[in-house]
Amino acid sequence: MKEYILILFAAVFANNYVLSKTLGICPFLGVSKKFNQALGMGVAVTFVMVLATAATWPIQRFVLDPLGVGYLQTIAFILVIAALVQFVEIILKRFIPSLHRSLGVYLPLITTNCAVLDVAIANIDAEYTFFSALLNALGGGVGFLFAMVMFAGVRSRLEDDERVPRPFRGLPVTLIAAAIVSLSFMAFNLK
Amino acid sequence: MKQSRLQCFLKGLLTENPTLVLVLGTCPTIAKSNTLFNALGLGVCTAIVLILSNVVISALRRVIPDKVRIPCYILIIAGFVTMIQMSVHAFLPTLYESLGAFIALIVVNCIILGRAEMFASKNGVLDSLLDGAGMGVGFILSLSAMALIRELFGAGQLFGYDVPFFAAYHFPILQKTFGGFLVFGIMIAVVSAVTGGKAPRRRSFDCASCPNAAVCSGAAICGESDTADKTDKEEGAQT
Repeated sequence: MKEYILILFAAVFANNYVLSKTLGICPFLGVSKKFNQALGMGVAVTFVMVLATAATWPIQRFVLDPLGVGYLQTIAFILVIAALVQFVEIILKRFIPSLHRSLGVYLPLITTNCAVLDVAIANIDAEYTFFSALLNALGGGVGFLFAMVMFAGVRSRLEDDERVPRPFRGLPVTLIAAAIVSLSFMAFNLK
Repeated sequence: MKQSRLQCFLKGLLTENPTLVLVLGTCPTIAKSNTLFNALGLGVCTAIVLILSNVVISALRRVIPDKVRIPCYILIIAGFVTMIQMSVHAFLPTLYESLGAFIALIVVNCIILGRAEMFASKNGVLDSLLDGAGMGVGFILSLSAMALIRELFGAGQLFGYDVPFFAAYHFPILQKTFGGFLVFGIMIAVVSAVTGGKAPRRRSFDCASCPNAAVCSGAAICGESDTADKTDKEEGAQT
């Protein structure tokens, strides 16, 4: 039990995808302008991370490893994740339209999100069991959500502020704000 | 209408620099610009994949059906990434260790898919080769410039060797994530000031620079200024 809690907390805080590992920066910068969008994107990423792990872990263990074609990992994983995301979007659209309206628009954006591919690869590299892998993916997603929501709050205060020097307006000041926010996560990861 | 060959190559260096102006491939830029060794290693690997995939995608641009082009591009890119991954593992084990998962993650580097979608799918093989080379060199240069700052001021070293003075006075925090975001932000601001300040701001978060733009149904949430994005994209297609 302790081991599982440790995996979850490590994934959410110490190895936070955005602010410690700096993966998934594109959605982090692109969709953190408004609180609701940040929330929706975070939930969608969590959803896809868990789903991708649930799909890629068995593929690695029961298909690639027995056949001795572990080197096809990158190709297999990216195709599986891309197909999965499309598939989930179609299913949601057909059967749960309300969820599709709130989540669906974010799904295509994360097909090639590096955080999703990284969580799938990291789970194999760390030799997690299936359940631990799912927990790690869940933690990674929640950590992403957490960072997104936190940063959306920061960002709403500095967009197009007249006091920001002209060349720094827009992206640069956002990145510098992200740097300062990432300081808060350094406390979890002092090496 | 048609760019000169030289321009195809040169635009990647500054005016359309993939990281500092188009703001693509931010994740590896922030994560692996902590030392010059990492930056050069990742930069060269990415540039090789970029050139090869640009050439192949450009050569196949009339064969690949329009509807399934994105999966096709991803497959081509993933193939080259696997080749690079295996070569680096075999010949440069120290680099392989220090880059870790980031070699596999070249596959989802937006620069490569972005150039495939924005350039290689519309232009000839030679132009695409030059575009890939220019973008690749631009990526290497901006990554190395960031790494130079972060390694020199963050560790007081260059390529792992102590530099006098800096070795005694350095700020280790610059090599952490904090330094990555900070130095990247400042460099974009500097480039923005040098190039007149309009390119990075206009393009900062627009959908045209997003590799998923073609398959994306969420264009409305991605860029606030939708119309500006469209004109931007058209301009890009025409030049």
